[in-house]
Amino acid sequence: MQSTTTLLDPTAELQTAARQLLPRLESIAGLTVGLLDISKPRGKEFLDEVQKHLEEAGAKVKRYSKPTFTRVAPTELTQQISVECDAVIEGLAD
Amino acid sequence: MNQALETQPANYVLVVKKDCPTCTLIEPVIRALAGNTALSLKVYVQDDPSFPANLGGVIDDSSLEYSYQCDIEVVPTLIRLTDGNDAQSEESRIYGWDKEQWQNFTRIEDLGAELVNFKPGCGSKTQDPGMSEVLALRFGKQILQARSVELAEAEDIMEACYDRGWSDGLPVVPPTPLRVMRMLNGSERDAAEIVGKAPPDNVPCTIEKIAINAVMAGCKPEYLPVVIASVEAALQDRFCMHGLLCTTYFSSPVMVVNGPITRQIGMNSGINALGQGNRANATIGRALQLIIRNVGGGVPGGIDRANMGNPGKYTYCFAEDESDENWLSLSMDRGFERKDSVISLFAGDGLQPILDQQSRTPQSLTKSMAMSLRSVAHTKLFGIADAILVVCPEHRRVFREGGWSKEDLRKALYEELMTPGAKVIRGANDIAEGMPAKFKDKMLTKFRDDGLHIVTTGGTAGMFSAIIGGWVASGERGSQLTSQKI
Repeated sequence: MQSTTTLLDPTAELQTAARQLLPRLESIAGLTVGLLDISKPRGKEFLDEVQKHLEEAGAKVKRYSKPTFTRVAPTELTQQISVECDAVIEGLAD
Repeated sequence: MNQALETQPANYVLVVKKDCPTCTLIEPVIRALAGNTALSLKVYVQDDPSFPANLGGVIDDSSLEYSYQCDIEVVPTLIRLTDGNDAQSEESRIYGWDKEQWQNFTRIEDLGAELVNFKPGCGSKTQDPGMSEVLALRFGKQILQARSVELAEAEDIMEACYDRGWSDGLPVVPPTPLRVMRMLNGSERDAAEIVGKAPPDNVPCTIEKIAINAVMAGCKPEYLPVVIASVEAALQDRFCMHGLLCTTYFSSPVMVVNGPITRQIGMNSGINALGQGNRANATIGRALQLIIRNVGGGVPGGIDRANMGNPGKYTYCFAEDESDENWLSLSMDRGFERKDSVISLFAGDGLQPILDQQSRTPQSLTKSMAMSLRSVAHTKLFGIADAILVVCPEHRRVFREGGWSKEDLRKALYEELMTPGAKVIRGANDIAEGMPAKFKDKMLTKFRDDGLHIVTTGGTAGMFSAIIGGWVASGERGSQLTSQKI
């Protein structure tokens, strides 16, 4: 594997070189927040608690889970989350 | 090294490489010069600092920095300096081995007396293929101004280009600084020169940005002058690139290249000229599209509002068949000479065939072509869209054998296409579309003056000509065919 590669920007450089994050949400009230369980043990209990807090803040919560924590989420799942939710919280480890 | 203090010693620099038979031949000479206290000598070796064996003070120039800075083309090169501490103080140089010349140059009468009189040198490693751009990047003055985009270690280079939105949907060649330097060598133009403002964002477009996108499109450096000319044509006001990009209609730049450059860079004007398979045709057309996308910011769904577009928006570029010297080329119609290399841009869309395998007279073939030409945009719409009539070589032969020139053909087509307004006004034939009612009592021409262009291309078998319909905003209110000398 090669180390770093430098390319020359073919654009008019009106945008920043690094990819930008989407604008941050100012409030989650009334929005749909996805909770992605990565399928590690006890994830459910933890996310139940997170869901409670989110709902208290006025958010609607949708729950998802990955088939296995060892692999990245299937494309279908990430696509589903991206169209069904305004934000997502993904548990990354135990 | 001992220096005689009473007299200023002569200062020499010698550049050699071990892989050069002439350099190894003169090894005794190098030793003699190095051991001569009346002069000072610095030896730079390009490939192996252990050469000449056991000679102290040899300078390793395997980076080739010194050789590049001193513009060494041949080894051995012996340079006399006016100031031993200043490599730039060159007085003169000799290269290769010419005994008498070396003896005169060093003022040592018996230098290399035992060697052959003459042996030419070898190419300096700085002259190895592809090396000049590598060294220019490393040691030359900064030419490239574009922002560097550093990819993360785990990023796939091809995917990274997609991720950043630089692609038309097909893979692009990653624009590394080295590839861009090589591309820039395809033109004499200064990398920083601004060719014009690229729509739709109206941002300055430099030769360097053109070169970067030409790399991505897959161009070879020798195509660059054609790509630059295509941009110069596209940015002319008469071509109306901004409006053409924004339109909901199908059209996009169609490029026709004429003149000697088409042969020099191997463009296709024969079999499948408008199809796939020729690198120059394919990548020159694509380069302009990428420039509009990347420099201009014209992205489908953004400013590009085409409802369908057309496949030519990936690339649409071909050369004209100029094998018949008695038939004017497109560029000659535009006032250029046959010896000129010219690119012409036309705002056009797909390709509509005209099959005619029966006509053997110009009269029949003209009527046949005219009938098909009525379909441009809509058979009931007149004077709103230009067209290119692409005449195949076999159809051209019919006209030529009938004694017709291209002008005869054009004139006959205009006459044949004259149509009473009443037949094509809105509502006529029970079709709502058509010309406004005010044209009812007028005779209409299908194409405005200077709105029908005739080009020849294609293989020698097949009586199939074609129509490239134009944008429905043809003419001064929109786009006009624009030619640019390459």
